[in-house]
Amino acid sequence: MAKGPYSDKVMDHFMNPRNMGEIEEADGVGEVGNPACGDVMKLYLKIEGDKIVDAKFKTFGCGAAIASSSMTTELIKGKTIDEALSISNEAVAEALGGLPPAKQHCSVLAEEALKVALEDYKKKKGQV
Amino acid sequence: MFLLCYILYMDRIYFDHASTTPVDRQVLDAMFPYFIKQFGNPSSILIEEGRAPNEAVDEAREKLAKLVNADSEEIIFTGSATESNNLAIKGLALANREKGNRILFSDIEHFSVMNQADFLRMLGFEVDFIKVDNYGIVDLEDLRNKVTENTILVSVMHANLEIGTIEPIKEIALFLKEQGVLFHSDGTGTCGRIPVDVKDLGVDTLTISPHQFYGPKGVAALYLKRGTKLKSLVQGGLQEMGYRAGTENVPGIVGSGEAARIAMEETDERVERLEKLSRKLWDGLSSSIEYIHFTGHPTIRLPGHVSFWIEFVEGESLLLWLNLNGIASASGSACASNMMAADETGLKASHVLTAVGVPPDICSGSISFSLGKDNTMEEVEYVLSIVPGIVKQLMEMSPLYEKAGKSGR
Repeated sequence: MAKGPYSDKVMDHFMNPRNMGEIEEADGVGEVGNPACGDVMKLYLKIEGDKIVDAKFKTFGCGAAIASSSMTTELIKGKTIDEALSISNEAVAEALGGLPPAKQHCSVLAEEALKVALEDYKKKKGQV
Repeated sequence: MFLLCYILYMDRIYFDHASTTPVDRQVLDAMFPYFIKQFGNPSSILIEEGRAPNEAVDEAREKLAKLVNADSEEIIFTGSATESNNLAIKGLALANREKGNRILFSDIEHFSVMNQADFLRMLGFEVDFIKVDNYGIVDLEDLRNKVTENTILVSVMHANLEIGTIEPIKEIALFLKEQGVLFHSDGTGTCGRIPVDVKDLGVDTLTISPHQFYGPKGVAALYLKRGTKLKSLVQGGLQEMGYRAGTENVPGIVGSGEAARIAMEETDERVERLEKLSRKLWDGLSSSIEYIHFTGHPTIRLPGHVSFWIEFVEGESLLLWLNLNGIASASGSACASNMMAADETGLKASHVLTAVGVPPDICSGSISFSLGKDNTMEEVEYVLSIVPGIVKQLMEMSPLYEKAGKSGR
C-alpha cells in the first residue's frame, strides 16, 4: 500500500490510541481547544507525590490530534511534574516520527493540554 | 478496546466519484490508437499523419456537444475543468469590461471559481458573492439585490459536489437574460451524470469535466453559446477556434468523446440505479446514527450522493477509519481540507458547509459519499454495517460527547 501523509507511528497511535479514557477524581484535568480547526483535547492526570502515575485522554480531532494526545500520555506516565513540564510539542511530534507542517499545531495543543492539567493540579493542591 | 476490520486484500469500496472516476475500458481502447499508431498533430492536415487525429478531434467535439445539446462549434477543449472555469470567467470578464466591471459568484462555488476573486480584483473587477440557503440553494432574492447596472457576469455551479444540491439554473438564467448579464455555470457535477441541455437551461457557458464521467483526466471542455464574445487566456496557434492555443491532447479528447457517448446512452439507467443506492444509504445511516445531520437538499440533489456531518465526531478521523476499512470517501472538515498546507492557517472548515450554516465549532465531522455506476447494493450494505461502529468508537473518544451526555443534551 502506498504511504499517506502520516508516518507509521502516527497511524499506529491513531488506530490503537494508548490511554484513551477518563480518570475518575483526577488530580489534574486540562481541556484545550484549537480555533483553527476545532480540535479539542482533554487530559486527565493521576499524581502521587511529584510523579504522574497515570494519564488518560479524550480527543475530538483528526488523525494527528488523536496520535498527539496518545503519545503525550505515553511520554508523561512515570515522569515527575517537572520532567513532564519540559516535554515540548516538538518532542511529541518527533516521538511520532514527525507530523505534516499543517498538523504541527496538534502537537502544540497536546503540550498546552498538559500545562493546563498541571496548572489545575497545582490549583487543586492549593485548595486542599 | 477497538474493533478493527481490515480489508487489506479485498477490493476497496469506492464512494468518492465526486473526486474522480476510473476510465472506462471502452474509453481507454478508443484512446489507445492515438498514442502511437495515429500520433500525428491535428494541425498538420497537409500530411497523412495529421488527418486521422484531426478527424478524431472533430468527432469527439461532436459527441461532447451532443452530451449537452449544443453544436459542435460551441465546444472548446481545455486541460481541466479548472481551466475551463478560468477561461469562462476571465475570458468573459475581459471581453465585456466596457459594459461593466461587477462579477458575482455563489457562496458555494468550487475553488477554481472562488480563488479567481483576488486576481479579478487585481484586474480592476469587483467580485461579490450570492448567499445560499441551508440546503445550498442560491437565494434568488439576494441575487436580484446584488445584480446592478454594472454587473456583467454571474457564475453559479449546476450542482455542488460536496453537498449534492442541484441549483435552479433555468430560473437564474431567465432572470439574468432579462438583465443582460452573462451566465456561466460549472457543470462538473452534472454533465455526464444527469441529463444536461444547455438550450433548456439558458446558460451562456458551461464547464464540462470528463474525468467525472469515466473519461480521462488532463482534458475538459467549455460550452460557449454561439455569438458570445470570449477573450482567450492562452495565446499561440489557432487551435480551438482561437479560444485556446496548444497542440491538442488527442488521446484525452478522443477519450472524452467516447465517455460522453457512453454517458448519453446510459444516463437514465445510471440515475435510476444510483437513486436506489443512495436512498438505501441515506435511510440506513439515518436510522443507525443518532447525531447525524444530512447536508444539501433532501430531494433536489445528485443521484448517488449522500453527505452528512455527525456531532462530536471529526471528519478526518472518520475518513481515515473508513479508509482503513477499505471505504473511500471525502471530508469537508477543516482538518481534512488541506493536508499539504504549509501551516495551520491553510486549514479552514469547508466554505460550502460554512455557507449552509453548519456550525464550525460543534462539528467538523462531514463526510461525502458519492457513488458511481459500478457500486452495488452489497457495497452499500457493507458500508452501513461498518459506519456505526466507527462512529461509536470516535464518540467514546470525544470530550464533546462526554459533555453532552452528562448535560443530558
